[in-house]
Amino acid sequence: MDWYPLYNSLRIALISTAVIFFAGIFAAYYVAKAPRLVKGLLDVVFTLPLVLPPTVVGYLLLRLLGPTRPLGTLILDLFDVKLVMTWWSAVFATVVVSFPLMYRTARGAFESFDPDLAHAAQTLGRSNTWIFWRVRMPCCRQGILAGTVLAFARALGEYGATSMIAGYTPGRTATISTTVYQLWRTNNDALAFRWVMVNIAISAVVLMAVNLLERRNRTGRKEAAPC
Amino acid sequence: MLTVDIEKTYGNFHLRAAFQAEEEALALLGASGCGKSLTLKCIAGIERPDRGRIELDGRVLFDSAAGVNLPPQRRRVGYLFQQYALFPHMTAEQNIAAGMGREGSRDQRRRTAELMARLRLEDCAGKRPRQLSGGQQQRVALARILAADPEVILLDEPLSALDSHLKWQLELELHRLLASFGKTALWVSHDLGEVFRSCRRVCVLDRGVSSSVMEMETLLEAPGTVSAARLSSCRNIAEVRPAGEGRIQVPAWGVTLGCTAPWRSEATHVGVRSRHIRLGTAEEENAVPCRMVQVLRDVDTDLLLLQPEGAREDAPPLHVEVPRGAAPSAERVTAVLPPERLLPLAE
Repeated sequence: MDWYPLYNSLRIALISTAVIFFAGIFAAYYVAKAPRLVKGLLDVVFTLPLVLPPTVVGYLLLRLLGPTRPLGTLILDLFDVKLVMTWWSAVFATVVVSFPLMYRTARGAFESFDPDLAHAAQTLGRSNTWIFWRVRMPCCRQGILAGTVLAFARALGEYGATSMIAGYTPGRTATISTTVYQLWRTNNDALAFRWVMVNIAISAVVLMAVNLLERRNRTGRKEAAPC
Repeated sequence: MLTVDIEKTYGNFHLRAAFQAEEEALALLGASGCGKSLTLKCIAGIERPDRGRIELDGRVLFDSAAGVNLPPQRRRVGYLFQQYALFPHMTAEQNIAAGMGREGSRDQRRRTAELMARLRLEDCAGKRPRQLSGGQQQRVALARILAADPEVILLDEPLSALDSHLKWQLELELHRLLASFGKTALWVSHDLGEVFRSCRRVCVLDRGVSSSVMEMETLLEAPGTVSAARLSSCRNIAEVRPAGEGRIQVPAWGVTLGCTAPWRSEATHVGVRSRHIRLGTAEEENAVPCRMVQVLRDVDTDLLLLQPEGAREDAPPLHVEVPRGAAPSAERVTAVLPPERLLPLAE
């Protein structure tokens, strides 16, 4: 069995999770603070990929990044790099599709954060940067952690947009999900079943990790008392 | 000295607070929703007033005309939040240290230890806020405020989150702390009893508008307004019409009462404290024949609820305080409202 799809899926999911982690927190922080009108508008834009079919996201990404499209052409001319049909093209797809999960969970955490904690720190002379990293983030860590794990799990399982923008090339762009589809299409049922099992195993481990983290937080609450 | 003169509109709520506090503990008294917390937040820089000026010991913290609005970080205003706002993920010690700069320095550790000793928190150092009692939490919050070395301390209903048996202990503690602080403090409360012992002077906030600053005794003897009278727990308040020759008519009670001085024309209401009404005979001045409605046992007095004979249907009963066990069993009694005890009140 060629393990390349597993390796490729994991690195795509890890890279996109790293990107989403910062982008999601940043977006959530500013949307949580924004005036109502801006908030409503940005919220729709940031959440849209969650409800759009992945093929629509893939189509839009291709329109933006394809080699004949303005941005794709520009990058091709400047750096001689094609943005689609490489293994890392899938990162674009997974970032866009998984971003709303991180953004929404983090925003929920920021919005339930007690503003008086920030006010108290301000009156104590603490800078807003200090407050963000030393008070707001630790108090919201549960939501942020949950969002990160969800985004990772979603990125790992992304199929539609990924297959459109990175395609399926064995040993180059194949991920677990695209491999399963290809194997099933070519009637290789036994191997397809194995990959399905691998996928289920990974997802189960991720979910168990989430539960474990939550339980540790819950038992730790008596002592450690998160917000 | 703290000088506040600000205005702020919040939806259809208008705050108009103007007062001056010396190096003292000044009580800011008002019913809930009257703008007390908003006033404190404006002073701390958490909220921005629409107009006005805030000055602390000659430093301008806010001045809309001059375009000055210092961030909370530079105001040196200590703020004790109603729920204390301790950082839940930090230990008591870390919370207190958060009030100081120069993290991890020897100076910081020394001052943290000093403050913990001063507020008797040595045993709590490594505990998180949720493991502490309400009283300990408040002491940590106070230590944290003192660590930041403020020029003024704002106390937002400091005793409201506590059980009554803790309240008294903490009130003593706050009293002592404020005395040793020696600078200006504002104590916001809706309960006169709470601030009466610790503050000499008081400013009453009624639906967003502040009264002039007065002595606590003045609030009791001549509250001047209906809201101040209510806050000083005056239970008998009714609308009046001047009846000439130093007399007033009280339609709600269906009586005309004599006063010691000519009735002030701006006083639309009269107030009489329940402990100032006594039971007497019909021959006495300002005697009001009443029907007994109910007798309530208070902690160490009895409280009579009396319906004046000529009272309007919807009028609330007269509250009369008598010593424990002195409640008459008669159906009809005569209440005497001494002229010198009638408080003229403006709306």
